[in-house]
Amino acid sequence: MTGRRDFLAGAAALALTIAPGVTLYPMAQAALTSGPASAKNRWGMLIDANRCKADCSACVGACGEENAIGPAHGPAIQAQWIRKVDLRHKGSGRKLSLPVMCQHCAEPPCADVCPTGASFKRADGIVLVDKHRCIGCRYCMLACPYKARSFVHETVTDQAPHAPRGKGTVESCTLCVHRVDAGGTPACVEACAGLGHGAIIFGDLNDPTSEISKRLAEYPSAAIRADLGLDPGVRYQGL
Amino acid sequence: MRAVLIMVAALFLISLGDGDTPACAGGLQPTVPKAKGGTCVRDAAFMRANHMNFLSHRRDASVREGRRALSEKLAGCLDCHAVAGSDGHAVGFDNPKHFCRACHDYAAVRIDCFECHNAKPGPLIRQSSASAGQAK
Repeated sequence: MTGRRDFLAGAAALALTIAPGVTLYPMAQAALTSGPASAKNRWGMLIDANRCKADCSACVGACGEENAIGPAHGPAIQAQWIRKVDLRHKGSGRKLSLPVMCQHCAEPPCADVCPTGASFKRADGIVLVDKHRCIGCRYCMLACPYKARSFVHETVTDQAPHAPRGKGTVESCTLCVHRVDAGGTPACVEACAGLGHGAIIFGDLNDPTSEISKRLAEYPSAAIRADLGLDPGVRYQGL
Repeated sequence: MRAVLIMVAALFLISLGDGDTPACAGGLQPTVPKAKGGTCVRDAAFMRANHMNFLSHRRDASVREGRRALSEKLAGCLDCHAVAGSDGHAVGFDNPKHFCRACHDYAAVRIDCFECHNAKPGPLIRQSSASAGQAK
């Protein structure tokens, strides 16, 4: 797909008059603020369950505010890009609380099953829904083992300019791709750090000098449902 | 031939009768709201014929490849072309005064951009100081 677009972009470099009054114009080579997303990076997150507080949902709130996810008419149709999950070990009684969102798999099953190519993985590992192509079939929601995706059931108004949302499409955590492309970190990470919890760190898994890579190299960590072999970009510590 | 003439006359009357829509002021031509700001990313004639190609080309570049443009984007259009309503704020797509609707209502072209995108100009992406330095 990229190849064809590249060809078209290359062919469009010349303005071409193919008939009197019919001219093919080149599409402008726009001044870019970011990109293209590069396979040199693999963005990911490391969530430390020992630092995550059971009574805190700052990450969920920050996500909702950042991406303008308003309340829906009833919990059954409420979009959840990130949610807090409380766990209790039956034997020992040990309690855990941690956020779960799109795990940004290296082998995303949502993209495998998508009939239109709307679910896809960017070169830098961020898994997204291209809502221009999404037909709302929700096959990806069935395929995702993390229940990370939501369907938009209602007409949406007052969307954030960087997070278009609309009825009839599927959506999920974008890893705050607009912030990442601008050199920032996701809103949930920022909110968690702002409270001094620091339970989520964000960084480049491909860069051995990044904090996240160092932590992963130093301490034991786990992927949820590692048995599925999806190689998630979101890892957990202290599970 | 007579049927064609009747159809043309009917269309003409319909366009006259739709006087509430600003796009049809005068009945025959759409009234395009004046934009603020200096020059557009391309000249008016080019944009008139090609804006849709711009938008669909850029949507793949930015969503799928992460190549985000400085000015050639839907939000850039809204920044200059947004029309203020009676309350002084930019009108939404539900209002026939919206600059996209000014022409698209006239041309009877239904666009669905604003079923997901916000039709009002938004503030720049918030970049707090905490997010300024990306964890590398």
